[in-house]
Order: sequence, then C-alpha cells, then structure tokens
Amino acid sequence: MPMRYETPSTTREAAALLENEAGAAFVLAGGTDLLVRMKLGHIEPALLVDIKHIPAMSSITHSAKGTRIGAAVSGAELGEHKAVAKAWPGVVEATNLIGSDQVQSRCTMVGNLCNASPAADSVPAMIAAGAKAVVVSRLGRRTVPVEKIVTGPGQTSLNKGEVIEAIVLPARPSRSGDAYLRFIPRTEMDIAVVSAGVNLTLERGRVKTARVVLGAVAPTAVVVPAAARAIIGSRLDEGALEKLAAACSAACNPIDDKRGTVEYRTKVAGVLAKRAAKIAFQRAGGA
Amino acid sequence: MGNDPSYTNQKFKVIGSRVKRPDGIDKVTGRAKYGADHNAPGQLVGLFLRSPHAHARIKKISTARAEKLSGVKAIITCDDLPDLTNGDTEARDILENCMARGRALYDGHAIAAVAAIDEKTAKKALQLIKVTYEALPHVTDVDDALKPDAPVLHDYIYTTGVEPKPKTPSNLCNVSEFGHGDIEAGFAEADVIVEKSYKTEQVHQGYIEPHACVASVSPDGTGELWVTTQGHFSFRSVCANLLGMDVAKLKVTASEIGGGFGGKTHVWTEPVALALSRKANRPVKVVMTREEVFRASGPASSTSIDVKIGAKNDGTITAAFAALRYQGGAFPGIWAMLGAMTSFACYNLANVKALGYDVVVNRPKVAAYRAPSAPMAAFAVESTMDLLAKKLRMKPLDFRIKNAAKEGTRASYGPVYGPIGIGPTLEAVKKHPHMRARLKKNQGRGMACGFWFNFGGQTCTDLNIATDGSVTLTVGTIDVGGSRASLSLIAAEELGIPYEQVRAHIGDTGSLGHNDMTDGSRGTFSSGMATIFAARQAVEVMRARAATMWDIPVEDVVWESGQAKATGKKHRKLKALSLADIAAASPNTGGPIAGHNESVPDNAGVSFASHICDVEVDPETGATRVIRYTVIQDAGKAIHPTYVEGQFQGGAAQGIGWALNEEYIYGDDGRLQNPGFLDYRIPVCSDLPFIDTQILEIPNPHHPYGVRGVGETSIVPPLAAIGNALSNAMGVRMDHVPMSPPRILKALAQLDG
Repeated sequence: MPMRYETPSTTREAAALLENEAGAAFVLAGGTDLLVRMKLGHIEPALLVDIKHIPAMSSITHSAKGTRIGAAVSGAELGEHKAVAKAWPGVVEATNLIGSDQVQSRCTMVGNLCNASPAADSVPAMIAAGAKAVVVSRLGRRTVPVEKIVTGPGQTSLNKGEVIEAIVLPARPSRSGDAYLRFIPRTEMDIAVVSAGVNLTLERGRVKTARVVLGAVAPTAVVVPAAARAIIGSRLDEGALEKLAAACSAACNPIDDKRGTVEYRTKVAGVLAKRAAKIAFQRAGGA
Repeated sequence: MGNDPSYTNQKFKVIGSRVKRPDGIDKVTGRAKYGADHNAPGQLVGLFLRSPHAHARIKKISTARAEKLSGVKAIITCDDLPDLTNGDTEARDILENCMARGRALYDGHAIAAVAAIDEKTAKKALQLIKVTYEALPHVTDVDDALKPDAPVLHDYIYTTGVEPKPKTPSNLCNVSEFGHGDIEAGFAEADVIVEKSYKTEQVHQGYIEPHACVASVSPDGTGELWVTTQGHFSFRSVCANLLGMDVAKLKVTASEIGGGFGGKTHVWTEPVALALSRKANRPVKVVMTREEVFRASGPASSTSIDVKIGAKNDGTITAAFAALRYQGGAFPGIWAMLGAMTSFACYNLANVKALGYDVVVNRPKVAAYRAPSAPMAAFAVESTMDLLAKKLRMKPLDFRIKNAAKEGTRASYGPVYGPIGIGPTLEAVKKHPHMRARLKKNQGRGMACGFWFNFGGQTCTDLNIATDGSVTLTVGTIDVGGSRASLSLIAAEELGIPYEQVRAHIGDTGSLGHNDMTDGSRGTFSSGMATIFAARQAVEVMRARAATMWDIPVEDVVWESGQAKATGKKHRKLKALSLADIAAASPNTGGPIAGHNESVPDNAGVSFASHICDVEVDPETGATRVIRYTVIQDAGKAIHPTYVEGQFQGGAAQGIGWALNEEYIYGDDGRLQNPGFLDYRIPVCSDLPFIDTQILEIPNPHHPYGVRGVGETSIVPPLAAIGNALSNAMGVRMDHVPMSPPRILKALAQLDG
C-alpha cells in the first residue's frame, strides 16, 4: 500500500483524516522527528497529514489577554516574534534550543510536545508558563494543560482523531519573568541530559507566584510544587535557592543511561533550577 | 642539532608558500565526487544484515523467502565467499570480519548481504532473511576479557610472546616487550616513585563521509571498484585475494575522501560488494549508514594502562614501566604493541620497560586512528609525569625538559634517534606567551608531549609534460589533507615553473605501480620524494631534448630556473629554452616528456609535539570548556604551512573530543547504545577555541628538503594535556577518559568528601 499524503486546509478536516485512517496515521508539521524516523525505517505511515496549509495553525496572535501560537509555527518564526520573545523569553529560548538553525526553520513547539521525549526542550518551559494545548477533534475542541499531554516516553493522552491546533500562553502580569536552562555536554546540537524551567511573578520585590518544572529526570516533565514553595515569598536569597535546589533534586526520578547517570541528573537538576530561577527573577525586575 | 646548514640555507621559490588547493573549488561547490557520488548503469543497491548479538553461534540462515522477492538479484552469505586465504591468518580475519562464518563476534557483524533493484526492495529482502542464533556469553571490556572466567572468543588464540607457551586458548593474543636497562635497579635508585592506573574508552575516527563503493564484476573475471579509501592499491590486493581474482584485473579508482584518519585503511563492505556484483552480474552500490559505520567499521581500542615512573630528587628519571592492555575488537591486532612502542618515546631513559597486551573482545575489529594507540599511552604516561613532577616540586615543563630525548638517545622502542624535535618543542613551550597568560577562577593550564613514528613505504609517481608546457603530476597516495597542493608545489619548485602550471591527480590502480596507503603521515613525505625524483628525471629528459634542438652535447646544457641554458662561450648566442619551448618541440624531438619514480623512501623522520591547554570547569555541572589551545610541532620542513597547521589543528580537535566526551557505550547485552552523532559526541565548532599553532622545522636528514610526516602526532598529547589542565584547575586527577561531566562531578564530590 502506498503512503497517502494529505494537505487539509482546516483543523477539523485534519482531525477527520486522522480519525478515518485505519492504518498508522501521523501529523506532519516540521518533520524534524517524523521524517528521520521514517528514513530510519522505525515507522511506516499509511497516512501523513501535513498541517502547514491550515491558516489557524500557521499564525501567532499576541495581546494583553494572552498568546496563541499555531501548531505549525516554526521555532525560527517564534524566535523572530519580538513581543512574544519579550513576554516569554524562557519559552522562546527553550523552543529555539531545539536542533540546529536548519532544524529551527522547520521544527514546532507542538511537534516537540507530541514527540513526547522526556528531554524535549520546549516542554518544561511551556509547563512552567502555564501553557495550554487547544485539542481539536470531529466532536469539537477542548483546552488541556500542556502537562496533561505527555503520559510517558513516546506516549500522549491524545485520542485517535485528535490534533493540537495551537498552544495558548496566559495573559502576562507585570513583574514576571521566565527562563529555561538545559545541560548538554556540547555547546549545541545536543539533547538535554537534565533541564529546568522556571516562571515567576514578583510583588514588592518578592516572589509572589512561581512554577518550577524539570526535564529529562523522569518519564515525563516534572512539575515541582515544593520547589516553587521554596522561593515563594522570598527575594531569592541563598537560603531559598538552596531549598529550591534540594526540592528539585528530591523530585527527580531519573534513569542511568548513555546520556547521564542518576547521580548526575539528580544533582544538576537542582543546579540548573537555581540558575534558571535567578535569570527569571532578574527578568521580572527583581534586584 | 637540527640546524644542518645544508638544509637551513636552502633557498626555495615556491616551497613554503600558501597557495590555494587544487581541489578546493570543487569541494566547496559540491562538484567533487565522493564515495557515494558515483553511479554505474544498471546499478543495484547492496544492503547488509547485521548481528543483533554481541556473540552468537549462527545455526541457520534461511534466504529462500528473500530470494523469491521480486527485484532481488543476489543474496550472499559466507558460503559465497569461500576461504581462499591459504593459511594467511590476517587475510582470514579480514574475510571473517567482512562476513560472519558460523559465529557472530560483535553487535553489527555482517551476516548476509542483499543486492536488489532499489533500497526498498533490498530492505524488504533483509526482513525476509531468517537467521537462527544461539546466543553465547560475551565480553566487551578489555580487563574483563583477561579474567580466567571470561568467555573465550577464538579457540585458536594461544598467547604468543610468553614463555612457556600456554596450553589453553585465551583472549590474550600477544604480549610484546620494549625497553632497555634494568628497571628493578632503576626503581631502587629512585627517591620518588609514582604508580597509577588509567582507563580510556573506545573512540571512532568520526569521518563525516561514511564508507561507500560501487563494485562491478564482469563475467570475464575483470572488475572495477569505485571507493572512498586511504589506499586503493591495498584495497585492490586485499579484495582480489579474498575473491580469487587476478590483482591486475581489478581496477580500483579512489573517490575524493571525506575524512579517513586511519579508518579507511581497511576493507569492510568492499569485498562483499564485489561478491554481490559477481553473483548478480550487475554493478552494486553499497553506502554504509552512520549506524553501520559506528557498529561495523574500525574504531580505536579501549585501553587499561598501568604506569610506574621513578626519579631522583634532582628530577632525573631512573626507571619507567608501563603495562598496556588494548582490545583490538574481535580479531587480533598490534594495537597494544604500538602503545608500548610509543609510550616512553619522548624521554631519554636509562631503564625502561613497556609491555603491550593485545586482547580480543566482542567489539568491532579495531582499525588505525591517527597515530594509532599513541594517545592512550601518552595519556597514562604524561599524566604520571605531571604527578611525579608535583611530588618532586618541579615544574612539569622543566621536569620534561630535563628528561627529554635528544639526538643520540636510544629510544625506548629500540632505535637511536637522529636530530629530533622534542627538546625544541619543549623550549618553544617555555618561550610561548600562552604559558604566561593569566588564569581566572576555575581555570587551569596543562601541557603534554607526544610522539609518532611516521612511515615511508612503497611509492610510484608519474610526471608528464604536455606540449603547452603544463604539467600533470599523477600520484598513487590518496589526498587526505591537501597533499595535491603540496606535491604540486614540489613539482613546480623542481621544474622552476609557477605552481598554477602543475595539476596533480590521484591515479587509479591501472595507471601506476603499487603505492602503499596514505597512512603513517606518509602522503607528502613519500610521494613528495617520488615527485622530486620524477621531476629531476624529467629535467634530464629536457636537457637532452634541448641538446637535440640545439644540436650540441648534452653536457653543455644546464637546467636553471625552469630553463635549459647552453654553457660555454661557443654557445653564447643560443637563447635559453623554457620548459614550454622544449615541450612544444617534443613531438619532433622524441615524443612525450615524462619523469617517473618508483621507490621505498624509508626514514620518514620521527615526529614530536608539545601542546599547551587551558580549561575552565563549571564545578557545579562538571562541564569543561577548552578556552585556549596551542600546538607546537616539528614539521621538518613545511611544504605548505597552511595544511601543516590544518593537520596540527585537526589532530588537536579530535584529541579534545576524545578527551572530553567521545566514547562507545555498550549495554550489559553487549550492544552498542550510541551508534550515531547525537550520542557519540564529537565536538561541534562552538565547542573548540581557535587552535593556535607553531611550526618548528628541524630537518629530516633523509629527505632532500628535510620534510617529516606531520599528520598524526597532533592527536597524541591532547588527552593528557587536558587531564593535566583539569588537575591544575580543580585539584582532581582524572584517570578515566573521556573526562565527561558525570565523571568530573563525581571526582569533585569525592574530593569534597
């Protein structure tokens, strides 16, 4: 059976194609994961649904109410959007860390999310930001927190016939900042051994709200409420940062593998969370 | 020493200039043809089925279903490659490595191969081949392989080099010993002794171009092979012997090469591609995937090394000992022997002993990697040298200077050195501004020395002069690093013509006599020698032709600045004849003008380097950045300084990758876990600082210009230089390469605890 390739012009149409395909059906956005897997012979799709011809998936809208990033928007396009980069520097930087310059011109946040790697760069930053995914199916649409999408390595909670149309970031209060850091043995072109995203808002110089999320230390990105509590109310003094690091290390459930050891990931998760918190604090205007 | 005026006073016109390489434009525009760029009419796609087991008995291979698949033109197993090696064990090992014979000896070992009309069909055919394996216990670690309970790979390996001869087979192939003096007496004399053990993990050369070839065998018994290789003549002999062909009936054409570094000195898929073509009666193209390159080409050894060095309080080394265990993959090698030979070559030692233990394990057959085996030995010895210097309260540099080998020193591996560069490179380190540059917090500086033999080998070169005066230089050594530019400079120098008038080519095996491979840093040294003598022979021909044109005795003709001149008053009216004049007349004076040389230019001239390295360590993550790096190496004479510097920088870059991140990672199942560039981490551009270079020129007395090989030595010192710098930055001595972030963080934690 030859593979079918479809280019629907609406999200509903895309969802219908995916639902009606009996064989292996895949969404093609940038293809930076999918095409590699196909070339390696790991998958043999019966249907590819190319979403890059769907207007609702191809644009960024940004206002005081929030930010909506279409599922087919490339990393490079996101990086060039000055207003989003100013409001959510951590999310944008994390997305821009995926792959090389060439990959950036193709890759997407939603692709990074749905590939469901525990080491995905954009995911901890999105979760820290409180991002939600707009999930569309024949029956309608629902909005799901990003942390509910990935259920395990290579696994998502999306049902057959469901497709993510966009990522929505909430309205940005003033005095807010976010940051994402990953550890890689090289300087670029690598996959996170461990990573941390921090998003916070200040009030009178103290952390009012915070979200801390770790990557590559468990089967999915890990939200660490104890780490957030460690810095809420503080001016990010050394004591608060040490508690944050300890909470992050305690939340790790990593594996020993070719990219790093349990011991290493557990320790460095705390180090990166501290460093990311400091950057986010500074970006929020903290002293 | 090293300042022989007959060399240093030589005046060159073009040697030493930085001309553009003749292959440059084609390479940057994509016009150059690499291994995978060749295609033949009716060509099939060849693919391999490879073992998923580290060690297994192959009980049955069923190809019947695959053979029935439409589009499949040939399937071969070891049955199609009968053993014609006739007692030549080295050839037999190559044959068994190219295609398993009853046993899979490593993850990735070729089991069968398919030729089909397209890739899709070939892949499908591979899925239809059913192999019944009986898994056997495996061993991948070099130390584990020597344990009494280790699974033994080959029942025919009885350790050689030991007395008495063992009665049972083992994984220890050979023990080699080098050195002189009495180390026991030497250690008894020592005031301070340092003893330490080290491990280094397996690395791959990491050439960007995977192995690729197109093989075409005709029913009349002739064949052609287009291939990316470091030695097409060697590939011809090996393939013809394995396939039972006459050597002269197989023509091998070398493509441009996208990196080799020793890994393309060995055949992997080529004999199988020829066998597929022979069976299918169609040309067959085989291009390895990156995964296949990692699993089934020839990486460098992983090692385990013990070093013991003793010295007097004044810094004089009294004795040095090393035991070096190297795995050669699933087949016997000489890798530990080379490690043992190179380990102490930089030093002048009264009492020295190095033992090399060559071991087999269930990993791919090891191949040469740039100064093969020397970097690991240097890591162990040069790290120990720093430890000993510290104990002696001497500067590591001064300690090395005090003990450096010099002209007349008996090398630890046997010969007595002529003029050599280790002393001068160390003195140059001392004077280098890098040594005085300020270091900041978490930064450290280290240095280390390195040695490599270099090699001459069989060489055959042709130089042909066209009637317009342009010159074709045809050599048989593959150009891996700009040698066509260097050899063209040499031809231009000898003929007295501009560089642009010479065009250098790599001839196929039908156009020249046998040339050894481009290995042992020999390309520019040996083909350069042959080019000099071929050009001088052509000059003699041109003198004779000028004499004919003038109708005067040849004794009255001299060659100066690219012209024939008649000497003596009676010929004063004769106007000098240029090379172009003589070439234009050649159809009527005796035909084409050419020069040839066939030779074995020995004494390639040993090569030494000293490297300086600054690192910065992030103490919270263990990440290391190399922030400054300087290579100082003896080139004898730099024909083309830019490409000499390129060799210095390339070796250092590979050494930095090896030192910090590169390693083969095997699971408990004996399977390679990181056969790709994502998780086998060679450095990317932004990982490296600009690598500064300083060329020293201590002439090699066995070359007319003083040239030494320069290609390999630069990879020898970096592992140790970085280890020493890390130690100075953080106070931790890393004894396990790669010195990756998890290992460094662990060492730092142990330091705190």
